[in-house]
Amino acid sequence: MANILVYALHYEGAINKNSLGAVSEGAKLSAELGGEAHAILVGEGVPQDLAGSLGAYGAKKVLVAEGPEGLAQPVVDAMAAAISSGGYKYALFGGGLLGFEIGAGLAARLGAGVAMEVTAVRAEGGELIAERPILGDSAISEIKYRSEVGIIIGRLNAFEIKESAAGASAPVEQLSFELSPHATQASMITRGEQRGADVDIEGADILVAGGRGLGKAEGFQLAEDLAAAFGGNSAVAATRAVVDAGWYPYAAQIGQTGKTVAPKLYLAAGISGAIQHKVGMQSSENIVAINKDSNAPIFEFSDLGIVGDLNKILPKLTEAVKAKKAS
Amino acid sequence: MSSHNDSSNDKVVPAAWPPPVDSQKEFVKRGLDPEDELIEVGVAIVGGGTAGLACANRLLQLLADDPETLERLGEVPVAVVEKAKTCGGHNLSGAVMRPGPLQELFPDLTREDWRKEGFAFGEVTKEAVYLTPTSKLSVRIPTPPPFKNHGNEVISVAALARYQQQQAEEAGAYILTETAATQLIVEDGAVVGVRSGDKGRGKDGEPLGNFEPGTDMKAHATVLAEGCWGHLTGAAIKEFNLAEGREPQVWELGVKEVWKVPQPLDRLIHTMGPWPLKLSHKYGQIGGTWIYPMKNEKTGEDLVSIGFVVELEYADATTSAHDLLQTFKTHPLVRKILAGGERVAWGAKALPGGGYWSMPKLSMPGAVLVGDSGGMVDTMALKGVHHCIKSGMLAARSIYAALARGESSLASYEQAIEESSVGKEMWEVRNARQPLQRGLLLGGPLSGIQQITKGRLPGRAAWHRNDETRMFVGKTKDVYPKPDGKYTFDKLSSVFITGNATRDDAPNHIRVQKRVPREIAETWRWMCPAGVYEIPEDAPEHGEVDVIVNYTNCVQCGAITAKGGRLTTPEGGDGPLYQIV
Amino acid sequence: MKICVLVKEVPDAAVEKRIDASTGRMDRSGEKNLNPYDTHAIEAAMQIKEGGAVPVEEIVAVTMGPDSAVRALHKAVSLGADRSVHLSDPAVAGSDVAATGYALAQTLKRESPDLVLLGQQSDDGECYTIGAVVAEHLGMPSLTQVIKMDVEPEALRCERQAEYGYDTVQVKLPAVISVGDAINEPRYPSLKAIMGAKKKPLDAVTAGDVGIDAGKVGGEHSAAQWTAAKAPPAKAAGQIIEDEDTNETVEQIVAWLDERKLL
Repeated sequence: MANILVYALHYEGAINKNSLGAVSEGAKLSAELGGEAHAILVGEGVPQDLAGSLGAYGAKKVLVAEGPEGLAQPVVDAMAAAISSGGYKYALFGGGLLGFEIGAGLAARLGAGVAMEVTAVRAEGGELIAERPILGDSAISEIKYRSEVGIIIGRLNAFEIKESAAGASAPVEQLSFELSPHATQASMITRGEQRGADVDIEGADILVAGGRGLGKAEGFQLAEDLAAAFGGNSAVAATRAVVDAGWYPYAAQIGQTGKTVAPKLYLAAGISGAIQHKVGMQSSENIVAINKDSNAPIFEFSDLGIVGDLNKILPKLTEAVKAKKAS
Repeated sequence: MSSHNDSSNDKVVPAAWPPPVDSQKEFVKRGLDPEDELIEVGVAIVGGGTAGLACANRLLQLLADDPETLERLGEVPVAVVEKAKTCGGHNLSGAVMRPGPLQELFPDLTREDWRKEGFAFGEVTKEAVYLTPTSKLSVRIPTPPPFKNHGNEVISVAALARYQQQQAEEAGAYILTETAATQLIVEDGAVVGVRSGDKGRGKDGEPLGNFEPGTDMKAHATVLAEGCWGHLTGAAIKEFNLAEGREPQVWELGVKEVWKVPQPLDRLIHTMGPWPLKLSHKYGQIGGTWIYPMKNEKTGEDLVSIGFVVELEYADATTSAHDLLQTFKTHPLVRKILAGGERVAWGAKALPGGGYWSMPKLSMPGAVLVGDSGGMVDTMALKGVHHCIKSGMLAARSIYAALARGESSLASYEQAIEESSVGKEMWEVRNARQPLQRGLLLGGPLSGIQQITKGRLPGRAAWHRNDETRMFVGKTKDVYPKPDGKYTFDKLSSVFITGNATRDDAPNHIRVQKRVPREIAETWRWMCPAGVYEIPEDAPEHGEVDVIVNYTNCVQCGAITAKGGRLTTPEGGDGPLYQIV
Repeated sequence: MKICVLVKEVPDAAVEKRIDASTGRMDRSGEKNLNPYDTHAIEAAMQIKEGGAVPVEEIVAVTMGPDSAVRALHKAVSLGADRSVHLSDPAVAGSDVAATGYALAQTLKRESPDLVLLGQQSDDGECYTIGAVVAEHLGMPSLTQVIKMDVEPEALRCERQAEYGYDTVQVKLPAVISVGDAINEPRYPSLKAIMGAKKKPLDAVTAGDVGIDAGKVGGEHSAAQWTAAKAPPAKAAGQIIEDEDTNETVEQIVAWLDERKLL
């Protein structure tokens, strides 16, 4: 019987969505292994009902430990304590900075095998096998674990959120553990500061990306209007060429030297799709491209391509999207 | 400055729109920095290509047997300044090399060793020359003498330079990659060294936060091995009048691809057109192609090198070597060879095509010119690599002799070149190419006569400058295929696979006038294999237009210098990273 | 303060990355360069030294790699490191991120650094976590993805972009900090520095010299076993619309989005 311990990050009363994905995935996998998925939260006075809510995503038990928030090493101590008391074969993390730091530290602590940027996991012969892309997403490698405990760190948005037991509440158990000396050496001064121009395009579900085809910096207004029309977790991104030209900030840049994204929808307006850009967004679930050049490389890998003038299409699309959402 | 009317089909001359550059003022530094600020080396070699490195290789071989002179040259006996990330990164050629000079340089290596080291890909045993009268037809003709390649070796200069770099480093050379040489330092009428380029300047040349100024490199002797239209070479030619009494230099542009193919090509192929070029004399198009088999012994892969070369004196602004290569690939002769294969490399490079009469004087006080910088390319046989190596070795010999004897004159190098295989071969074909300026139909036979008589007919044929051709917007572009991304490719994705990593906010290293007649703008736009020059959507069809210069795409082929612009050295480390071209 | 900077030699970004058919692992032959992120780490060390807030006795570049890795060390030294240490041993070849972190930590123990800096990721491994592994073995606090770092007495004030925005964290020394590329603009080495690099002290050490347990490193002992890679699933060809009647086109787009629950 193999249990999976899933790390759940919380902030301001809500569970991070990548953690929800990890819990959902853990529940699915543990069932296949004939075990259970337990979640663990570390924080200062973690609300019981918040912890218990993970039951809806398939956690059979939730451990809550008292410790500093937003830092990795205390969580390594907590998870190591939980794992050493037995029963856990795997530790699972959703995407995000802390997942990486905790997972890696835990691997070092336990002498465990670790794989990061995992995009898929499957159960085979009572074991879990992880898959991750390598070499700029041009190939996929599989990882098997030789150690007693295996650590799996997912890529951003890799695990689907599933409320397999909607409404269920999991039993919550206090976990007491000791902070190692080095874990007390870092202290959070300010957490989660938002900074104006900076845009979290990596976390967005919908990205409207603009390229040279927008014609000028002001052309980005079209992209912003469309992103606003989609609403929710939508943002505007840009190609390297236009960031270079000063039309949009670097924080929004996608491509080899910018960010890599995998949103549910990537709408590329006036982007040719040259490979420098492609590697940054090709894992997007749905790619829509608007370009007036029918030979633009982006049409080779977009799911829906529209050959036309974006100056005509974007405003009308914005109106249509607004209308559809209102209905 | 020029009086052109704006009627359509008006022809315009690139030379009337010269680039804003004063090479003597900008690229020659008068006098050295103070001692404590400069670096002293024995011999400074500008350019880590085949020629420069052959010079370094040979020089170190000679110095190894003469510890006294070696000691006198100080801590850094030989320094090679190379602007690419690694030697070979900016080198490209066909190439089929005559083996002699390389065997002379490294006598302990066999040709099998060359292949194991990864820069050679097989001896030529079978060859064929074709004419392509139409897009479907090919006619095999008896192999003209210059194209006889039996016994020669198919190589990659990018890979060869890497090998030579390794050898030079092991022998004690300092190879300074990612370093551009931007100025020739002249003191009391002699070259005393070179200055390395600044790093960390912004788009408008302003120093950025991490600005690092260049350094003066003082040398007993300087070798300019910059390749086609060397930056400092141009300044040196002006400063020391090295082109006096010579024909002007003319250039050719080659665009090349390397393909991995399912079955090996069994022969070396050259084609002489005319398709896809136009026979009409009005178009002024002379060019040809090559298709060379390459067996990669390291990986076992069968590769093919394929390229299109066109002389830059053409008059149709829509002539594009890159697109002509893509067009050529659609010919059944080529499809048969490349079908089922995969493109693994692309590149472009200009080469000096003037031959013997266009070669500048090869030495000046304190410095010599080797390789393409000295115009030592035999464009009849399409051979220059062996001349690069030979001239590098001869320069090494002259420099060593002067250093050992404590002399300063390097003039013996010129005589050495004349008397060597370089001089002899260049002399033989000295008038063979010029007749083609009259077009293939008229000029072909004249050129043929020159070749058959092996240069024994007296006289000197003239060249007229590439940038003095009157340009017009013609119909060459009508045959270009729409790139499909699998067999034919656009310029942008081609530039991408060169590994071109030019810094986003680097200063513009290309000098052109920004507002020129449409015909000139079109000339640059089509000619440039990397898509650097663009014409704005809303520009007028006739008259003057603004030119957009996407210099970050530049793969430094050098063609712009022949047709009205000027390529200067970008920041060291920028540009392509050729590996197998 | 003694700063150690962990550096790595990686395939040049321009070189096509591929799998070596014979080993099933990444083909690391071909052009190599100092990992670009590590140049930011060296620059950060130099800025601390030049900043004067705290005296820095020396900056030591440390790497684990084959013979060719000395080039990365030369580059690090030309950028300002005072000397370098090269861990080269067949026993560590093929180590995964966990084993590599352990080996580097053992090498660092010998140096007793007050601060360990490194680039947050390497172009080839794409693991983003070696700092955390090293810190765990050294028993030091660790932060990754740091884009701003101010020196305070006995501590560092660091900023990084985490899941919810920017966090400011105070970290007491000794510590391991992985820096992001936004932290600074690395300087260019002067020609003099480049040419002088080969003369700076380079200490070559083996696994035995630094007390590495050979049973914990190397390809065969990796706790995570990587199998040969396969190509990612091919994507089905997409649909193309030529816009003639924009109203109609937009209707089609909206329908397409709706079908996929993107609205």
